[in-house]
Amino acid sequence: MNTQFDVSAVRSDFPILDRLIRGNNRLVYLDSGATSQKPVSVLDAEREFYTKHNAAAHRGAHQLAEEATELFEGAREKVATFLGAKSEAIVFTKSATESINLVAYSLGNALPGSKFHIKPGDRIVVSEMEHHANLIPWQELAKRTGAELVWFSVDPNGRLDLSNISDLINEKTKVVALTHQSNVLGTINPINEIAKQVRKVGAFFVLDACQSVPHFAVQVSELDIDFMAFSGHKMLAPTGVGVLWGRQELLDEMPPFLTGGSMIETVSMESATYLPAPKRFEAGVPNMAQVVGLGAAVDYLNKLGMENIHNHEIQLTKLAIDGLSQIKGLQIIGPTNLEMRGGVVSFAIEGVHPHDLGQALDQYGIAVRTGHHCAWPLIKKFKVVATTRASLYLYNNTADIEALVSGVERARDYFVGR
Amino acid sequence: MELDSLYQEVILEHYKRPLNKALSANPLVQVHHINTSCGDEITLNLDMDGEVIKSITWDGVGCSISQASTSVVSDLLSGKTSSEAMALIEEFQVMLQSKGSDLGNEDNLGDGVAFAGVAKFPARVKCALLGWMASKDAISQAVAKINGLSSEEKR
Repeated sequence: MNTQFDVSAVRSDFPILDRLIRGNNRLVYLDSGATSQKPVSVLDAEREFYTKHNAAAHRGAHQLAEEATELFEGAREKVATFLGAKSEAIVFTKSATESINLVAYSLGNALPGSKFHIKPGDRIVVSEMEHHANLIPWQELAKRTGAELVWFSVDPNGRLDLSNISDLINEKTKVVALTHQSNVLGTINPINEIAKQVRKVGAFFVLDACQSVPHFAVQVSELDIDFMAFSGHKMLAPTGVGVLWGRQELLDEMPPFLTGGSMIETVSMESATYLPAPKRFEAGVPNMAQVVGLGAAVDYLNKLGMENIHNHEIQLTKLAIDGLSQIKGLQIIGPTNLEMRGGVVSFAIEGVHPHDLGQALDQYGIAVRTGHHCAWPLIKKFKVVATTRASLYLYNNTADIEALVSGVERARDYFVGR
Repeated sequence: MELDSLYQEVILEHYKRPLNKALSANPLVQVHHINTSCGDEITLNLDMDGEVIKSITWDGVGCSISQASTSVVSDLLSGKTSSEAMALIEEFQVMLQSKGSDLGNEDNLGDGVAFAGVAKFPARVKCALLGWMASKDAISQAVAKINGLSSEEKR
């Protein structure tokens, strides 16, 4: 295994992994694609904020308010450095879903004449592998503006079919919104290859990075995109904090989405003017303790090194794919080679419904997700009712993968063999 | 094993050999129900003979619990009046929402009591109720249709 990565030391930082499940079973947590577990350092950071520094950031004339502001802005700095971005281009939201909606609503709010304005005849491009969070906001934007929604297909190997890219992304295209890594298939999409066509037609490129930023090094300076959304809770941080990165010059000009306190420059009874980003998009008292927790999560990831984390996950992914492929009647839904792929493995077994499989695995202490994974169109495309998904993270070990493979075998015997 | 308390033999039997799983032609009422959290779905046809349920037929995809439960309800309610059927659906629902304290009355619910164990698995209660809620919906629609027709006839 990876010599630079001591998984047992990592595991000792996550107290929840010591829990026993459904009797006396060791917890095998393979649902990090839904939400990750949290290390003690993140929990401590959140608690320390409340026990020592709690006050409303950016408000108040007192010491606590000053400390809260420093901690909050310090976390922004950490996130920015982590992504190779400027901190002014990092907007905190409550979730990745809100981040994507922010872009969609902001564009929808732009008036005719603005470069952000979307009108009938314009085109929005998504793909069949999008999570609902990166599909529905664009469906709705298309409905509100009269724009046309079109999408890339997914091929039988779980890769984007780019053969018609210049038909899909043409001079009418205003927005291209794609996932960096599929939450169902594990596929990593070739963003810069697609970006060439996006640039050619002058559209905005929105990247859903929920499944990529937590798992491998993502530098916005190396990606030719305009906006990127992800959430904290999938990368060791608390729930309730999402991030939107955007090109500074775009963020500063875009119409606001949520309006209210903290985002204004001047206000009269009739109208208001707005601050530049990131404040422009951060109305209301923010989720400070959670943002501070995200800062601690970034510290933790940096300490381990994103490359080490990725290598560790890929080794486990190989074990999982190899092991599961041996099981009779099991079909991996997604790429089976490790090129441009992350640690999410979806599968279906003939004769065993994913719900029943998930239930059986739970009885053995193994936590997986079953269902359509908020990507219903994709699941239908693969002609299965639902899948079972194992999603890995830095604290998983080879014993977890062995437990998964033998658990699936046992469950198969229970339902099919009986 | 704990798993056996959920997956009673009778449930697995209904799952492997479901009853009435072939949609009738030209039904009085057809309903389509989906469990949005997992994607399980069924289409259910209901035919009445006056006040009495003549047949419930269905088709669908889903887990063993939802499929077996729909098989059971389609068999149980045939031959019952609409009000008897509604009372049985209510009784089944109460059992499933009892968190395992209500083991169900086999005289009334027949194979339905096999699902008493499901009540201890909150995430699966919806699966067990899918076919029963679809039946309830279909019966209400059928009753409304019949009453609507008879009041029209009176006019």
